[in-house]
Amino acid sequence: MSDITVHIIDREGVQHEIAAPTDMNMNLMEVCKAYELPVKGTCGGMAMCASCHCYIESDHELNEPSEDEEDMLDQAFFVEDNSRLGCQIFMREELDGLTVRLAEESE
Amino acid sequence: MIETDLLIIGAGPTGLFTVFEAGLLKMKCHLIDSLPQPGGQLAEIYPKKPIYDIPGYPVVMAGELVDKLMEQIKPFNPGFTLGESAMSIEETQDKCFIVTTNKGTKHKAPSVAIAGGLGVFTPRKPPIEGLTEFEEKGVDYIVRDPEKYRGKRVVISGGGDSALDWTVFLADIASEVSLVHRRTSFRGHLDTVDKVQELAQQGKVKLITNAEVVDVHGQSELDRLTIKVKGSDDLSMECDHWLPLFGLTPTLGPIGDWGLEIEKNAIVVDNATDYRTNREGIYAIGDVNTYPGKLKLILCGFHEATIMVQSAFKRAFPDKKLSFKYTTVMGGVGSLE
Repeated sequence: MSDITVHIIDREGVQHEIAAPTDMNMNLMEVCKAYELPVKGTCGGMAMCASCHCYIESDHELNEPSEDEEDMLDQAFFVEDNSRLGCQIFMREELDGLTVRLAEESE
Repeated sequence: MIETDLLIIGAGPTGLFTVFEAGLLKMKCHLIDSLPQPGGQLAEIYPKKPIYDIPGYPVVMAGELVDKLMEQIKPFNPGFTLGESAMSIEETQDKCFIVTTNKGTKHKAPSVAIAGGLGVFTPRKPPIEGLTEFEEKGVDYIVRDPEKYRGKRVVISGGGDSALDWTVFLADIASEVSLVHRRTSFRGHLDTVDKVQELAQQGKVKLITNAEVVDVHGQSELDRLTIKVKGSDDLSMECDHWLPLFGLTPTLGPIGDWGLEIEKNAIVVDNATDYRTNREGIYAIGDVNTYPGKLKLILCGFHEATIMVQSAFKRAFPDKKLSFKYTTVMGGVGSLE
């Protein structure tokens, strides 16, 4: 069992330092929900809503967004170059120290 | 007035299977759904996605599961009010409920089962301050009557099928059509994407890519938009209409105001009994409810529905005795038709 540290900046600007397991096939949306951070994860991680939209604030190398994820980001708002869907970012050792900021909710 | 034994709000998998379980007890059901077709999320969001945790099906496509459920409940001949959302509920003297939709359709039943899933699917609205003031005054989230835009200057936002389809359609009707999109590539059907590119080359459509509308202006009617373009100055664009077409997103909606106990956007129920809410005669099943240990799974919704209809039966037929029988013993459901 190995945990990595992830920094989540919530919509009020408060930074939360949380421990995320890398051996449970968890994604960032699920990690946020597990810590009761305000991420809805409406579609359950299928990249079919944008309720886990976030900005990557550190320079970690991430997996490229899939076509599904890009499509969904087209329907999100306040999308920036560093926008991602949390549900498509899986926790692995290389992401230790990752910093993300939650995007504004739109409904 | 539509009268039934059990009124089900939501025609997703849980709502549909409720018809089957109620049907075994000879109860008639009627379903209300805001979407034009049954199936809920399965039909609207992910019809082509596989589901692996339906007992007996190693894998089933979401759309196929809806078809199978419809086939399974066909003998019970349920009623449907589709494309309308349940707005209000009132209790009658004879201990029944009357549920009225946004279009004024009234339904009466002794019990109401809310199987509303994630809620009512409504257009996703850009979070722009003051946007709601321009709704119907230049800003439309759904195209109802294309003729409204004849000879007008129209700006469409979005990169999906509906944005592309309407861009092509309105190019011949509106005096000016501009399509604003976050990226340079589009995800719609390939031929529609080609058609849009062709119209852009002919100068019939103005493509503004790597851009998004960030502000709306006007006295009482919309007359101008501010568009943020990546890597350059903001664009000010005069127009008569803006159509932000960003798909649908579910919200709990009017049910949230029915006097039910709500916790984190879900209806609190008693899972130790029959998934009753705090209002007698109103039940909540499937993804819309919450209780300790709740799992939002289709199969859990099926279970909840089965338990719930036993209580709904007692409300519909207080003088009748309920006898439990296996479908195998009944020799199928044909005898119940």
